[in-house]
Parts: sequence; C-alpha cells; structure tokens
Amino acid sequence: MSMILTAVLVLLGLALIFGAILGYAAIRFKVEGDPIVDQINDVLPQTQCGQCGHPGCKPYAEGIANGEPINKCPPGGESTIQALADLLDVEVLPLDAEHGEEKPKMVAYIREAECIGCTKCIQACPVDAILGAAKQMHTVITDECTGCDLCVEPCPVDCIDMLPLPTTPQNWKWDFPLPGAAVIATDAQRGAA
Amino acid sequence: MGLGNMAEFALILVSTILVNNFVLVQFLGLCPFMGVSGKLETAIGMSAATTFVLTLASILSYLTFQYILVPLDLEFLRTISFILVIAVVVQFTEMVVHKTSPLLYRVLGIFLPLITTNCAVLGVALLNTNRAEQTFMKSATYGLGAAIGFSLILILFAGLRERIAIADVPAPFRGAAIGMITAGLMSLAFMGFTGLIRL
Repeated sequence: MSMILTAVLVLLGLALIFGAILGYAAIRFKVEGDPIVDQINDVLPQTQCGQCGHPGCKPYAEGIANGEPINKCPPGGESTIQALADLLDVEVLPLDAEHGEEKPKMVAYIREAECIGCTKCIQACPVDAILGAAKQMHTVITDECTGCDLCVEPCPVDCIDMLPLPTTPQNWKWDFPLPGAAVIATDAQRGAA
Repeated sequence: MGLGNMAEFALILVSTILVNNFVLVQFLGLCPFMGVSGKLETAIGMSAATTFVLTLASILSYLTFQYILVPLDLEFLRTISFILVIAVVVQFTEMVVHKTSPLLYRVLGIFLPLITTNCAVLGVALLNTNRAEQTFMKSATYGLGAAIGFSLILILFAGLRERIAIADVPAPFRGAAIGMITAGLMSLAFMGFTGLIRL
C-alpha cells in the first residue's frame, strides 16, 4: 500500500516540478507575434499598393510566411525578390507579370488648377500622403508618397499624374532593400538626421 | 580523467554511432528517418534538434532514475517518468527555438513536437538504465553517441534521397518504396560493423 502511495507521490512531485519549469519558460521565452512576418515585412517596400492582391504589405508578409510565392511585389521588383529569397532560403523567382511590372519610382502630382476638392484621392491613399479638405484644393506630400498610383483611379476629373521621381543625391540609394530600412520616406530622413 | 577512462568513452561513442546504431541496427526512430530525410537542409535541422534533445533527455532521465527512482525502490516507474522527462525537454526546446531562431522553427515545423514520440529518445533512456555500472558522464556520452549516430544516418540518407529524386527510378519503385530499399541496403552495410567492438 505504502509503495503505491510513494509511487503516486513521486509522479505527482515530478509532474509539479516539470510543470513549474515549463510554466516559467512559457513566460520567459514568450514570442510576441511572429518574428518571421516582421522580418519579411521589413524587406517589402511598404508602398501599401495592394498589387499583390493583399490590402497592404503586412498582410502579404503574413501570406509569404504561410508559403505564398515571393514574386508578387512589382514596386519592390528584382531586389526585393532577391532579399526575400535570401531571408527565407528559397529559390529566386522572376517577377509575376500578373501583378504588374517593375516601374521606376513614381510620385503622384495633382494639377491643382483642375482639382475640385472631392477628397476621393485622400480616402484612397494608403499612407495619408495627400493633404486637403472638402472643396479645397488638394496636394501631395512628395516625401510621403510611395508612388502606388491608387489615387489616380478615383479622381473624377483625372487631375492626378504619376511623374517619375528624378534621382537626386538626396534620394539616391543602393538598389537593394536594407533590412530594417525606413517604413516611409520621412521616417528615413528622421532616422538619418 | 585517466587514459583508460578516455578509451572507455571513445568505445561508447564508436559503439553507439556505428556498431549499435540506433536507426539502422536497433531500428529505433524510423519515423523521422523516413519522414524528414527528403531534403538535406531539414535533415540537418532535425539532426541538430534531436542531438540536443537526446543528449539532454538521457542525462535528465539518468538523474531521475538514479536519484529519485532507485532510492525509493520505484524502478518500475521508469518508462512513465522518462516519457515525462522527454516531453518536458522537447517542449522546452521548442519554446527556446521559437524565441531564438524563427527560421529554424519554421523549417522544423511539425517535426519538433514529433521528437517527443521519437522512439529513439525513449529507447536510449531505457537502454541506458539497463547497462551495468552507469555513471553520469557515461550516460551523457551514451546519449550524445546515439544522437550523433542518428544525425549521421539521417544526413547520409537525406543526401542519398536527394540524388534518388533526380534519378530514373522505375515507376513502381518511386517515392517511399525506393527509400525503404535504400534504407535496407544501408542497414545491411551497417551490419558490417558488428563485431568491431562488443559493449
């Protein structure tokens, strides 16, 4: 009888100790979010253009983490695909033409004389780069604009042009995405300053 | 540690890695052997995780056996308590890997929890207690040797399978079938080590 009692007590004790260790480890090694998603998100260009079929860059990063192809990002182009392939240790794929072609970096420009102040482009902008109010003339904050051309479509008077952004010593950078690089343009300047 | 001692440890290593290899001679841990050997990279990741778990589990189960079960005359509880120890070590490893190396965690995926049910891990712990005059260092070496043996076979086999995948195999033998045949041939080859040393 006492043998059974000892056996039960020993097992109980072992289970308690191990439970305590695991409980402590669960707190000590807690993972916030999914780190791989954040790493992928850092590599993506953050234009939030939705050309990949996702509502933004973060959802696409989650998609990639779940095994989606890495070649659906036209704004990022070749260099983003290369960086994703390195990060995830998979094959480099050519850009999927279904989602658009790689274009030079563009910036939206509103022909202000024609703007009727309808605010439709403001609602379409994923990065809040358009300034203006109802029945007031709108304008684009060039530094914040990611060149996603989502504002061109909703404009009722077609007064928005996509102009190529000329390369100047201020905005020139090496043609590969740096991990942990800026989320939007002004953040980069703040980071550099 | 004297020279005789060193020789003894070397003998344990050779015995567990080659002569009594847990996969090909004792046929333990066959599920990861067939399951994770499709790609060399996953095989290496799995080997690393298993090596860590196996070594740690054999040390901890030795301590549990020697200092809790034997003094209380409860040797009959060893299977259930070893399962407990192994489950905890695996769970703990999973948490640490998830925190420290997300990429490795993604590669290992489902296989990390599967180490819990890897019979090689329990097999090593149980066989360890059956051997006479066991000491702390010897059980650690035994576990490490078993793990290295497992890793060696898994990586060799993954290399072979990567080659077989591009070879012109007759249709009925493709996939798992040719894998089984290859494993059988490897096992035959490892039987050649029998008699090298006796432990």
